[in-house]
Amino acid sequence: MSRATGVRRASLLAPRTRALLEEALVPPLVAILLALVIGDLLILAVGQPPGQVYRLLLAGTWGNAYGLGQVLFKATTLVFTGLAVAVGLRAGLFNIGAESQLAAGGFLAALVGLALPAGTPGLIAIPLATLAAALGGAAAGAVPGALKARVGAHEVIVTIMLNFIVLALLNYIVAAHLHVPETLHTPEIHAGGVARLADLIPAFHGSAANLAILVAIGVAALVGWYLFRTRAGYDLRAVGLQPAAAEYGGVDVGRVWLRAFLISGALAGLGGVNFVLGYKRYYEEGFAGGAGFLGIAVALVGRNHPLGVVLAALFFATLSQGGLAIHAVVPKQMVEVLQAVVILAVAVTVPEVRRLLRGSRGRTDA
Amino acid sequence: MSVSARAAGLAVEMVGIEKSFGAVRANRGADLAVRAGEIHALVGENGAGKSTLMRVLAGLYRPDAGVVRVNGRDVTGWTTAQAIAAGVAMVHQHFMLVPTLTVAENVVLGREFTKGPVLDLGRARRAVAELAAETGLAVPPDARVGELSVGEAQRCEILKTLFRGARTLVLDEPTAVLSPPEVQDLWRVLRRLRDGGGTVILITHKLDEVMEISDAVTVMREGATVARFATAATTPAELARAMVGRDVALAAEAAAAAPAPAGGGGALEVRDLVVRGGRGGVAVDGVSFAIAAGEIVGVAGVEGNGQTELVEAIAGLRPVASGSIRLGGRELSALGPRERAAAGLSHIPEDRHARGLVLDFSVADNLILGLQDRYARRGVLDRERIGRNAREKIHGFDIRPPDAALPARALSGGNQQKIVIAREMGRDFSALLAAQPTRGVDVGAIEFIHAELRRARDAGKAILLVSADLDEIFALSDRIAVLYRGRIVALLPRRQADKEIVGEYMTGAGRGAA
Repeated sequence: MSRATGVRRASLLAPRTRALLEEALVPPLVAILLALVIGDLLILAVGQPPGQVYRLLLAGTWGNAYGLGQVLFKATTLVFTGLAVAVGLRAGLFNIGAESQLAAGGFLAALVGLALPAGTPGLIAIPLATLAAALGGAAAGAVPGALKARVGAHEVIVTIMLNFIVLALLNYIVAAHLHVPETLHTPEIHAGGVARLADLIPAFHGSAANLAILVAIGVAALVGWYLFRTRAGYDLRAVGLQPAAAEYGGVDVGRVWLRAFLISGALAGLGGVNFVLGYKRYYEEGFAGGAGFLGIAVALVGRNHPLGVVLAALFFATLSQGGLAIHAVVPKQMVEVLQAVVILAVAVTVPEVRRLLRGSRGRTDA
Repeated sequence: MSVSARAAGLAVEMVGIEKSFGAVRANRGADLAVRAGEIHALVGENGAGKSTLMRVLAGLYRPDAGVVRVNGRDVTGWTTAQAIAAGVAMVHQHFMLVPTLTVAENVVLGREFTKGPVLDLGRARRAVAELAAETGLAVPPDARVGELSVGEAQRCEILKTLFRGARTLVLDEPTAVLSPPEVQDLWRVLRRLRDGGGTVILITHKLDEVMEISDAVTVMREGATVARFATAATTPAELARAMVGRDVALAAEAAAAAPAPAGGGGALEVRDLVVRGGRGGVAVDGVSFAIAAGEIVGVAGVEGNGQTELVEAIAGLRPVASGSIRLGGRELSALGPRERAAAGLSHIPEDRHARGLVLDFSVADNLILGLQDRYARRGVLDRERIGRNAREKIHGFDIRPPDAALPARALSGGNQQKIVIAREMGRDFSALLAAQPTRGVDVGAIEFIHAELRRARDAGKAILLVSADLDEIFALSDRIAVLYRGRIVALLPRRQADKEIVGEYMTGAGRGAA
C-alpha cells in the first residue's frame, strides 16, 4: 500500500503549473457558466428561446463594428477601475471608492482641458489632462490611505462615505459654477482631445471607442510589471498577504497602504480620460455611472491580475452593451441579474474574497 | 452503555483514514486505536497529520476515505455537534474563549441555565465550581477569562468540554504554553480523568511527556500510522526513530556545549530596556544583558512574560520606551528593522506563519524577505540573482521539496522553518535573535537547527535564544536567563543551572530561594 501511495503522490506534485492555472481560472469560469445557466432560466421565464437571445446579444456587441466599439469604450473605463480595485486588494485594501475617484479624475481632466486655450494641440493638452485625471483620483484616494495608515480607519467605511462627499462636492461645483444652462455638464473642451477609433478605422463610426483604450492596455501592462517585477510591488503584495511578515521584512506597512491607495485612486481617476477627453469632451454629472463599483467585480473576476482584469472588463462591457441589444425581446435588467450572479458566485469561490470577508487582517502592532 | 463494556472495548477506532487538502495528502491510510480509560499519546513530526486525524475524529473534517468508530459505533463523517453530543471534544492550541466573560459564563456558554427568560448565573457558578473541585481543575469561576494566565485559560477550556459531557478528550499540544509546575498540574488532572473512566488523546512531540504521562503511543509519519507501542515497553530513542525513520541524536544526549572561543567584536548589549506591551502595560521592565561573540544566552520563561516584546524590540518591530540596544558598539534603537538587519542582526521570529514567511509567496521570494533592497537594481527585482540565491539556500539547507517556485504554504513546518533559518543564517550577521526556533518542527529538523545554532556560535556569533522548551535552552545555552514578568530574575552559567532552579524562577518562586 505504501508503494501505491508513493506513486500517487508523485503524480500529484508534477503538474503544478496546471494546478496553479486551474486555481486561477476555475472560479471565474464556473461563475460565468453558472450565470449563463441562470440566464437561460430567466430567458425561458419570459418565454424566449435562450439560444436566440444569446445570438442577439453577441450580434449586437461583437457582431458589428459599432457594437464592438461600444464594448471597447465601456471596457476601457472598466479596465482602469478594475485595476484600481485590484491594486488595492493586492495590498489588502478594499477600495470601494473607485466610483468617486473616477469622477474626480474626470472632473480634474475637464478642468485642465477647459483652462487650456482653444486649439491647444493634443500633444500638449492630452498629457496635461491625463496627468490631472490621475492626480484627481489620487487625491480622492489619499484620504482613505492616509486615514488607514495614520489611525487605522477602516478603508471600506471611509471610501463608502467619501463617495457621497466627493460626488456631492463635484455636483455642487458643476451646478454652481461650471454647468451649461439646462444641462448637468460643463462647457465643451476646445483644446485637443483623444482621437476616436473611428478616425482611424471608419467602420467604428458612431461608437464612443477612442484611443484611451491603448492607454488602458499600456497601464495594465505597467501595473503587472509594478506588482510582480519591482521591489515596491513585492513590498505591496507582502503587505497585502501578511502585514506582520512585511513589517518583519522591513516594510513600512502604513506607507505601503498610503502608496497603494494613491496608485489605486490614480488608476481610477485615469478612467475619466476615456469619457471626458475621448468621448463627450466635457464633464457631466454622473458620468461614472457605476463603472467604479463594477470595477470591484472586474477585479474579483479577473483575480486581481492585470491580464484577468482586461478580460473581465471586456466580459462585463459585453454584458452591459448586450443588455441594450436584447432589450427588444427581454428586459435589459436581465444582464444586470447576470452580472450579479457572476459577482456572487465569484465572491463565494475566490479565496481572496473569503479572506477579506473574514476581515480584521490588516492589524499590526504599531 | 455500561462502564464495563466501555472499559473492555475501544473508545476510538480509526481505520484507513484518508484526507487531502488540494494536492497535499495530510492523512494517507492512518489508523488509530485508543482503549477506553487510557491516556494515549499521538506523536509525530510536524506535518505528520496528527492534528488532521484528530480533527476528523472531532468532526471538524470529513475524511475522504476510512472509518471512524467511537465506542464501537460507526460515526464516519459526523459533525462537531454530533461529536460533542457523543462526548468527544477537542481542546485546541488556540483557546476558543470569550475574554470579556467570566470563567463560569464561558463554561456554560451554549448550555446556559435559565430561570424563565433570565440567565441563572448563580447556578452556573455553582455547577462550574463543583466540576472544578471534582476534576482538580482549579479556576476561579468569577474571574474574567481575559485576566487569566495561559494555564488557567487552558483549564477553563478543559472545564468547558467536560461540562458538555466530554468523555473522550483530545488535547492538541497542551503543554506548549505551560510552565513546568503547570504541566504537572495538568498531568494530575488528566490522570484523574483517566482514573474516572475518561479517555485522553494527547497530541505532542515532546517525547519526555509521552514517557511520563501516557499509557500507549501511536506514531505517525507522512500522514500514515507507522508504529504503536505500550509506553512502558518503549524508549524515547525508539519513538524518535519511528517518528523520523532513522536514528536521531536527542537534545539531552547532545547537550555538551563547546567552550566559547574568543571571537571578534559584534557582541549584543542591551541596557535598561523598557518596552510597552500590547495593552499599554510594561512588558519588558528594565532588562540588561550582554552577549559575547561566540556565546548563546538562552532566555527561559513561561510564555507571556515579555519574551516576545523583548525580541521584537531588539529586532526593531516594537518601539523602545527607554534603554539602549547596541550591536558591536553601535546604537540600534533608532533604526528600522531593515537597517538593523543591514547592521548585522538576524532574526528568527517566533511565529513563522505570521511574521517569518509570506506563506503565499514562493520559496525563492521568501528567501529574500527583508533583503529586498539587495536583490533589486534601481527598484526592479533581479530575478536571476533571486533564483540563484534560492538554489544555493535550498541545496545548502536541504529544503524539501527542492522547488524554489512552490509557495511556502505547501511545505511542511520543518521545511518552512528551514527557509527562515536559511535566510537569516545564510548571510553575514554578527548577532542572531532565535525565538522559538524549533517550535512545531519535527525531530529531524530540530537536530539540524540545533547544529546550525551551535555552528554559528562556534563561528563567533552572539546568539539570543528564546524558547519555551527548557530542554532546548539547556541543550544549547552557555548562560541561561530567566524572564519573569518582564524582568530578568536570574542569569546563570549553564553549569550552575538545573531545571529545578530554573523552573522555580520561571514561576517567580525562585526569588529568595536561590
